[in-house]
Amino acid sequence: MSTDKAIRRRDFIRAAAALGVGGALWKAAAPASGATVWQIDPQKCVQCGRCATECVLNPSAVKCVHSYQICGYCDLCGGYLQPSAKARTTGAENELCPMSAISRTFIEDPFFQYIIDESLCVGCGKCVGCGKCVKGCALFGNSSLYLQVKQDLCVHCNECAIAKACPGDAYRRIPAEEAYLLKTRTEGGNAQE
Amino acid sequence: MKLLKTLTPVLAAAALFGGVAWAEFRFPMPEFQSGYTYPEMHTPMPGRTNDLWDTVLLAAALGLAAWLVLKRRSRPAVFGLTLCSLAYFGFWRQGCICPVGSMQNVAEGILGVEVVSIAVLSFFLLPLIFALFFGRVFCAAVCPLGAIQEVVAVRPVMLPRAVDRVLGFVPYIYLALTILAVSTGSGYLICRYDPFVGFFRLGASLNMFLAGGVLLLTGLFIGRPYCRFLCPYGVLLGWMSRFSKWHASITPRECIQCRLCENACPYGAINIPTPDKTPLTAKEGARKLGVLLALTPILIAIGALTGLFSYPMLARIHPTVQLASRIAGEEAGRYQGMTIESEAFRAGVKTQDELYAEAHAIRADFKWKTALCGAFLGLVIAVTLASLSMAGCRDDYETDRRACVSCARCFPYCPVEKDEVAVAEQKT
Repeated sequence: MSTDKAIRRRDFIRAAAALGVGGALWKAAAPASGATVWQIDPQKCVQCGRCATECVLNPSAVKCVHSYQICGYCDLCGGYLQPSAKARTTGAENELCPMSAISRTFIEDPFFQYIIDESLCVGCGKCVGCGKCVKGCALFGNSSLYLQVKQDLCVHCNECAIAKACPGDAYRRIPAEEAYLLKTRTEGGNAQE
Repeated sequence: MKLLKTLTPVLAAAALFGGVAWAEFRFPMPEFQSGYTYPEMHTPMPGRTNDLWDTVLLAAALGLAAWLVLKRRSRPAVFGLTLCSLAYFGFWRQGCICPVGSMQNVAEGILGVEVVSIAVLSFFLLPLIFALFFGRVFCAAVCPLGAIQEVVAVRPVMLPRAVDRVLGFVPYIYLALTILAVSTGSGYLICRYDPFVGFFRLGASLNMFLAGGVLLLTGLFIGRPYCRFLCPYGVLLGWMSRFSKWHASITPRECIQCRLCENACPYGAINIPTPDKTPLTAKEGARKLGVLLALTPILIAIGALTGLFSYPMLARIHPTVQLASRIAGEEAGRYQGMTIESEAFRAGVKTQDELYAEAHAIRADFKWKTALCGAFLGLVIAVTLASLSMAGCRDDYETDRRACVSCARCFPYCPVEKDEVAVAEQKT
């Protein structure tokens, strides 16, 4: 009889503890319904090149994206050509992209369209600029070329390996429904997310 | 050449003012006459994640594991589920989302640093609740980290009990460091040093592969080295399993003391009987209890003091502290050149004094939190000593509920089990 009672008491304590601790944890952690994903804040990116090397994937899940709306469609593109380019051709000595992932097509005089082939892009950010040696689109252009985590490629690590190594602290978690931080054209002429 | 000449002043100007006028458009956006429309930007939505589905699947896998271990008592079936979990939670979901890492998100949620999602919190709680009722069935057949080690454990040998006990203290240290790192904003240690995720993704840094490779090679002979001697989530599961309502038992009925299962557990989770041990007299028990009670605060104090003295070393895991010491070193001329971090800092708006103040605050934060961690470890040592010295007498071979991962390896060793199977077969 006494052992029966003891067992029942233990069961009660166990269930109460599970409910109490679980409930308290739930309350304390205050969970939100939505999932989050990692993304790069293009305003904070310092173009260090680590997105290409630090990702757990090879090639990286970070790719260059192009906000066409804010592009100047320049003939002389700071993101497409080497600063020392002698001609505006696809020669390796002229192109900035090491993978030749940017293609250039004539639209109308004097405008050229630049499209990134995502399958070739490695996310090195050389077209965005490296901050010290090569002046890419961010430093000689409208900054319409910038890096973003492509969410279909990303494996959503709990701690993003690139975020850990990012010197500009540009990575952050954002809601999965709006998984990109894109630049658009605004009234004041400022590039904003 | 002409191109370069016309470009030079523009480039120079861009280099000069580039940093300042960063967010402004240098070139006007064209107004197209040819009817050109902007191409679509390719921004695909996240693939491979459906948190609700994963949570349901985890609960189902845990339920199935509990049923296979406790009711079916079938080692092959448990192993089959292990393989399925390895395939899904390991290779298909590529190791993320996992309950082991989720404890960091939950800690951040409690501290209010980052919002934790319902799915992640469920992933954290479900295995613990199951452990409270059915033992560590999560470790047995659901955890992908456990599964990959279970698969490679082909020639496991038993470690001496003392070695097992001492190494078994490491997970507590890992747990304390993990919580310390999360609470100070230094990042997720469990994810950073996850040894097997590289295999699941078929891609990782060399260090990750080396650590994983060494653990898997060790795992050939020492069963589940990560689970037993590293896993911080296993500590929590062990606490729950210790008080579990139902738990896998070696024998389905009565132990007949045949000693056949003595070497059955490669994870050192079978407690052997202690028939020679006589119960302590009241006087002896009181004296032992007195010694333990006196020892506990001393151990806690030693732990806290160790924390107080070792915090500057631990604070270096925080990136801001690292950066501050690098910048200070550069200013003092101790380093040649700059790192990418220090360069990015110097290009930013934060001043050095602000950085030093920030690093100082973080170090101060580390100080008392490291002391707390040390006190916790001191308490763990005290409780371990108490449980070792106060252990009661055992007549039968029993599973060590805290350490047992419910893998069902010991079931086939029990002749009582075989007897029952034979009886059942005769009946049919």
